[in-house]
Amino acid sequence: MRLAEHRYRTVTRLAGQLLLVEQVAAVRLGELVRISDPDGIVMEGEVLEIDRDRVLVQLFGETRGLDCDHTVVSFSGGAKQVPLGREILGRCFNGSFTPLVGLPLFLPDIWRPVGAYPMNPVSRQRPTEFIETGISAIDGLNTLVKGQKLPIFSCAGLPAKELVARILRNAGPGGGATPFVVIFAALGLTFQEYSFYMNALADTRAEYVAFVNMADDPVMERLLAPRLALAVAEYLAFEQGMDVLVLISDMLNYCDALREIANAREELPGRRGYPGYMYSDLASLYERAGRVRGREGSITILPVVTMPEDDITHPIPDLTGYITEGQIVLSRDLHQQGVFPPIDVLPSLSRLMQKGIGEGRTREDHNRVANQLYKSYARGRELRKLEAIVGRDGMMAADQVLLDFSGAFEQEFVNQGVERRSITATIDLGLELLQRFKLLDQDESAKGGKSDAPSDAKQSPAA
Amino acid sequence: MGGKIISLSGPTVTTDLTGLKLYDRVAVGENGLTGEAVRLDSKTATIQVYEDTRGLALGESVVSRGESLSVSLGPGLLGVMFDGLQRPLAEQEKRTGPFIGPVAELTALNRRQGLEFVARKKPGDPVRGGDILGFVREGAFEHAVLVPPGREGIIARIDSRTLEPGESVCTLENGEEIGPIHSWPVRRPRPYRQKLSPGTPVVTGQRIIDFLFPLARGGTAMIPGGFGTGKTILEQTIAKYADVDIVIYVGCGERGNEMSEMIEEFRELSDPRTGRSLMERTVMVVNTSNMPVAAREASIYTAVTMGEYYRDLGFDVLLLADSISRWAEALREISSSLEEMPGEEGYPTYLASRLASFVERAGVVETFAGRTGSLSMILSVSPPGGDFTEPVTQALLRTAGSFLVLDTGLANARHFPAINWGQSYSLYEEAMTGQFTAALSGEWQEMRARCREVLRRELALKEIVEIVGLEGMQERDRLLLDVAERIRGRFLAQNAYSPPQETLARIREILIDYAQAEAGMTDGAETDAAG
Repeated sequence: MRLAEHRYRTVTRLAGQLLLVEQVAAVRLGELVRISDPDGIVMEGEVLEIDRDRVLVQLFGETRGLDCDHTVVSFSGGAKQVPLGREILGRCFNGSFTPLVGLPLFLPDIWRPVGAYPMNPVSRQRPTEFIETGISAIDGLNTLVKGQKLPIFSCAGLPAKELVARILRNAGPGGGATPFVVIFAALGLTFQEYSFYMNALADTRAEYVAFVNMADDPVMERLLAPRLALAVAEYLAFEQGMDVLVLISDMLNYCDALREIANAREELPGRRGYPGYMYSDLASLYERAGRVRGREGSITILPVVTMPEDDITHPIPDLTGYITEGQIVLSRDLHQQGVFPPIDVLPSLSRLMQKGIGEGRTREDHNRVANQLYKSYARGRELRKLEAIVGRDGMMAADQVLLDFSGAFEQEFVNQGVERRSITATIDLGLELLQRFKLLDQDESAKGGKSDAPSDAKQSPAA
Repeated sequence: MGGKIISLSGPTVTTDLTGLKLYDRVAVGENGLTGEAVRLDSKTATIQVYEDTRGLALGESVVSRGESLSVSLGPGLLGVMFDGLQRPLAEQEKRTGPFIGPVAELTALNRRQGLEFVARKKPGDPVRGGDILGFVREGAFEHAVLVPPGREGIIARIDSRTLEPGESVCTLENGEEIGPIHSWPVRRPRPYRQKLSPGTPVVTGQRIIDFLFPLARGGTAMIPGGFGTGKTILEQTIAKYADVDIVIYVGCGERGNEMSEMIEEFRELSDPRTGRSLMERTVMVVNTSNMPVAAREASIYTAVTMGEYYRDLGFDVLLLADSISRWAEALREISSSLEEMPGEEGYPTYLASRLASFVERAGVVETFAGRTGSLSMILSVSPPGGDFTEPVTQALLRTAGSFLVLDTGLANARHFPAINWGQSYSLYEEAMTGQFTAALSGEWQEMRARCREVLRRELALKEIVEIVGLEGMQERDRLLLDVAERIRGRFLAQNAYSPPQETLARIREILIDYAQAEAGMTDGAETDAAG
């Protein structure tokens, strides 16, 4: 163990975000490194590899202007730490934890390493508490619960951020006794997107913390920002007992940054050039959502993932779907019809829904209504293909009803504009639609408990 | 023996420690992290570390443990959740709280109470590896205490009594002590007298599996499926209802919340056959996606070794792994950190052979004690983008006996289990159908053939419906589509346990209705197809 920082001027290579320094004694993997040069540029880095006395450092900042002769590398002796304290609420930082506006850094109560340890599976509390987002397509059919990680799969040009803004506004404080906080990690956003989100946050009335990495900020900080956000989230949730909603936008930019950095490190590229460890890397973020047995507070993660080329099998949404507990999928088609939010409920899914709904949580008939809506809409959507071929007149009357229902479901249930619907209003609306089209399965209740027809076979499937 | 760390890169550590054997277990650094020697040079050794290497420093110590990566086997495994290196997670929680920090040694079998031992051998008896020395109770099971494979001698001391923790059950004449717990290297399959061919089915309680794609005891099934197709739910459902003695469940690189859910459910639910809590017949090995990747690679070996141990005691064991793709990815990550030449999609070229030798550890065996035990496997696969041409699916296809394809379309229609009956197959089909037929009735075979025929014809008819619409179809064909719909909705889809008798009764009802309706049509009578 060393007690003081030690400095070196023995940099022998600089390439992109990597720096090689030689003749180093005693250094740790993952140790925090500070870089300075005569012009005073100071940035941080992390020890990536050690080969005897040669140390490879990953730099976090803008490396333009550094040279081998004048750069001074000092090793701090420890891992990167995050300052934590309740005063962090209401503050805005960049990807290196530098305050963006106004005040200097607050006086922290405690420092914690950025890289957290994984939560012990036996310590996890199963998430069961319903979060009312005020959006029928989510509350009714893809219910979100505290401690869940539920991404929004969007396509370029679709109103993902408007949807997120609505969720923030609606899900805000109001429900439980636990204080509610939003932590926002903006990754590679344009100024326009950024200011949209910040306005939405200001509107929520909830307290928030923001970590902002703009499109022209260093790429390495894009990988750090969500980790800083989650370290703060863990502190606020599990030590201060708050319900924390972590909003990350956009994970596409995060994954591209990961690819860029991996490539610079000359690692072997995997599918579409993304590194082979992208699954583990994404999991190290998303798996920090959850609840701890015997403690107040929760971390719910709501990432926005823009699917390149609208392709859900692209590695980014694909790996995300394997890790997260469901997904909310936006549809270009619905958007073009003017439906807001344009949520396609068929590929959307909340794996934790079954645990969060029903008597005492939402309403006793929630599951039955949701299943019937889903089933009828799925059938209606299938019939649309047939309609395209044989025409509406060539179809049976019952099928025509389903077609009409599907249209009404999209226009009246999914489409809700800026209205906020309570869970009761959502279920009532669903019931009303089913009754209007006489689709309420009469024998549903008559079949009794032991039945396992597909109508009540909606398990929450998990990959 | 002691050495130092001379270089560090991700989970790979180089040390100047010499005298190691390949795959020896070593303790790395101040916290004694578990590692394995994967490459030896004359003056250095490369260590694969199974835990988080952040914070390791140049010059920290590396110590050999003098054995390869092993697990402890003996009474006390059931009902416990271990990590990929067989560390009990509940013990870990006591040490580091709700987050998994570094700890030095955690023993897998940390027994506090005495065990009642009943001896079956007496002093003077010659014994050899696999022989049964006596019994202790473990929950619902009478737990045989075996002579560890490879040991033999003549018993000098043995008697029935209460064993204190750490006490041995017998001493051999050569002075060797044999305890109720022994250790076994995870990468070495446990020996047996002979392997038998799979004979009887594992009744899973899932109609589509038991009826159409049965699994044999000692057989292997693979379940590939994209995300959201219900792999985990299907595996967990089988883990609940399968008619086996012991279930080993490996959560390999999957979600933490699912594991907490599973423990909760398994504690509450009881085994339909014994009435005891499901947890009492289950061992869980859990390495969630955010836990160290290298331990994920080891987790399936840890699990299969425990499975083989129960097999050697004469039990029917079912190992469920979710998911093999995450294991393969861990293998790929390790391989790439060792700078090995990559094969297809970056996976090492030995992916297929490693997987094959893992799958070959399944089977029905005659143990050295003359008992019959079986180890069956159900392995889920998560193909990227739901594309089955990828290397892991293809590698497993070569060795797995049963292939249960999960279909995104079915899952989107909320048809669960979303097993696609057109693409799935089982190599145990013929033999197991014979078994079911013998056990239940000759109708099993007959109904099966008719059910398959309806489903096959439905596939063909569906294409025509797409073009001409249902209105344009002949009445006979519409009847068939209707029956197929019933088979799908009321028979193939299910969310509860269905014993074979009920499975047969259900399909029988549908098909007999169908036969009657069809007969009615031949007579030219009006038929109500929906019956």
